[in-house]
Amino acid sequence: MRAALLQGSDAIAQAAIVAGCRFFAGYPMMPFTDLLECMARRLPAVDGVCINAESEIAGVNMTLGAAAAGARAGTGSCGQGIALMQETVAEAALNEVPFVLFNMARGQQDYFQATRGGGWGDYRTITLAPRDVVEAVEHTQLLFHLADKHRAPVCLYGDYLIAHTHMSVAIDAVDHGPLPAKDWALDGSLGGTGRSRQVWTWAMGKANAPGPEPDGHWRHIAAKFEAIAQVEARHEARHTDDAEAVVVSFGTTAPFVDHVVDELRSEGVRIGSFRPVSLWPFPAAALEAATAHASSVLVYEINAGQMIDDVRLSVTDRSVVRGIGGVSVDESGMRQGSLLGVAAIRQRIRRALDLEA
Amino acid sequence: MLTRGTVVIDVQRCKGCELCIPACPPGVLVMSSRANAVGYRYPELRPGCTGCQACHAVCPDYVFDVYKYDEPLDIPDPVGSVEP
Amino acid sequence: MTTVPTSHPPTVPATKVAGTRAPLQLSEEHHLCPGCGHPVAWRILLEVISELGLAQRAIGVVGHGCYTNIVRLADIDFLQCLHGRAPAVATGVKRVQREAAVFTLQGDGDMASEGLAEVLHAAARAERITCIMLNNGVFGDTGGQMTAATLIGQRTKTSVEGRDPDRHGYPVPVADLVSRLAGTAYVARGAVNNAGSVAQTKRYLRRAFELQMQGAGFTFVEILTMCPTGWFVPTAEGPGYLVDVFEKVYPVGELDERS
Repeated sequence: MRAALLQGSDAIAQAAIVAGCRFFAGYPMMPFTDLLECMARRLPAVDGVCINAESEIAGVNMTLGAAAAGARAGTGSCGQGIALMQETVAEAALNEVPFVLFNMARGQQDYFQATRGGGWGDYRTITLAPRDVVEAVEHTQLLFHLADKHRAPVCLYGDYLIAHTHMSVAIDAVDHGPLPAKDWALDGSLGGTGRSRQVWTWAMGKANAPGPEPDGHWRHIAAKFEAIAQVEARHEARHTDDAEAVVVSFGTTAPFVDHVVDELRSEGVRIGSFRPVSLWPFPAAALEAATAHASSVLVYEINAGQMIDDVRLSVTDRSVVRGIGGVSVDESGMRQGSLLGVAAIRQRIRRALDLEA
Repeated sequence: MLTRGTVVIDVQRCKGCELCIPACPPGVLVMSSRANAVGYRYPELRPGCTGCQACHAVCPDYVFDVYKYDEPLDIPDPVGSVEP
Repeated sequence: MTTVPTSHPPTVPATKVAGTRAPLQLSEEHHLCPGCGHPVAWRILLEVISELGLAQRAIGVVGHGCYTNIVRLADIDFLQCLHGRAPAVATGVKRVQREAAVFTLQGDGDMASEGLAEVLHAAARAERITCIMLNNGVFGDTGGQMTAATLIGQRTKTSVEGRDPDRHGYPVPVADLVSRLAGTAYVARGAVNNAGSVAQTKRYLRRAFELQMQGAGFTFVEILTMCPTGWFVPTAEGPGYLVDVFEKVYPVGELDERS
């Protein structure tokens, strides 16, 4: 397919539809609103459904219902609206209903929400944080595959830069391989056969076929996420083989960091960068390896320090970890402020490494 | 007493709620004086059942199977409807 | 006093006209209270689904309450969902499985309290689903607290002196609100206090499902159910309390039908 200059939200919408998404429900909230509008415009043409729900809570529950009925379904918001959806994300993790949650965030302050989850129970949420629109398009298709592969809700950590930036991108369908049929999905067809289906966080089963019930079922769910953690971690490391200093960043701040790292390398500084592509599972083993010989691990994130917790848990020597980011918001209250910029990043790195700016 | 039907009552599942008693139009259900294994009294049937299924309709514990005789029976009921 | 034996089927020629196990019912065993109206509602719901030939198209979305046990006891596809959210979940189900008979089963606590927004919006959107509210005016499963449907004067664990408008406000008549919305095709309120009301309520459920399958719009059936435990009355007085107290505020009948 030819590349086209697309707004990120529209690119994601097209990628979702190419991946087979046929149901989307959400509530307007900037910068997620454009994605909802794109889905509302595009889904009817493929006999899909987009519902502008009465609330975030209703929207995510509609998506859960559609997914339980066998469709590839999505929903989303920004972090403030995702906060309302936490109970339902946990519910879907516990009753094994797959869907894709698009957090088109207002910044990087939702890292804890994305990786720890605000719902109830022993569950995790596979979360991918693309660096730009091109990667967001890849991640969108991959996430629909991962959701079905693992029968769990999964998350794209996007943001306003991805939502609103126009980029040249080709929406090519990617085949991620075969998946088992959704024989667990509800369609009514097994009613009266003694084998009717059940989607229930408590997995009580039927009177003629008792289920594992909470103890057995929630152990199974916990074990499932342990197994996912072993296989779904993703990262990108640049120039870390000889790096004395490694800058760790995620999402759309990574291109800014990489620009500064490239600049500093050309000035002779032995510096590299590491980007978790999956925020969960956090690529702990890869980060430990990438920083094994580093005397400085600098964590750049536009928040009060969230990912830095996972960095400290991953590296061999916690004492070399320093935060060089911070809270920074622009006058609208909805976008990053002056800390997001190559000059600010360069200054903070050099100060942290005791170099002249 | 002309009796057109009868019931089979699962007395062990009955929880003694007594809703069937007033529900029965000919008034032929009475609560027992004895209790089942978990301590609930249960309904007993007197002659005169019509097989109308009203007891089945109201029972929350599904204790009634209801039958209609092909030919009505005449069941002796010397004491009538007087309680002992 | 003469009694006739009731422990075995008749030995003279007879026809079994009703059995303990309803169609699609896997077991008669449940732990709901003596005198509870919910199992009666379960039974007529399953009978209607079976009699309309919808057994292999039915998908139930069930909230949280004593009635949730139907998910174990009935042989149809079920999704047990979050408190109050069933009409939203059912919306997603029906938009994907367009030929299915999709219904919700919720209590008054689930629907009138937690889920008021969801049911009203589903009705406004004319979702082709059937929402069923089992109304006993209490949160039974959690021990008998007040809901949005609790009556003025009704004693509950959180209105022990009786619901007082000054402190607790007024009940929300969900069926009446739903009937005001243009997307609603049918609203009825039934009860299960005696054989006649059970039969009438079954007809309401049948009509609701028929209209759903015709694509007429949102259909709604409220069913007043006895909760002698929550009402602090002996089981035998449950039906009387339902008629004398509940039906005064929530009268039975068909509130609305539009094609």
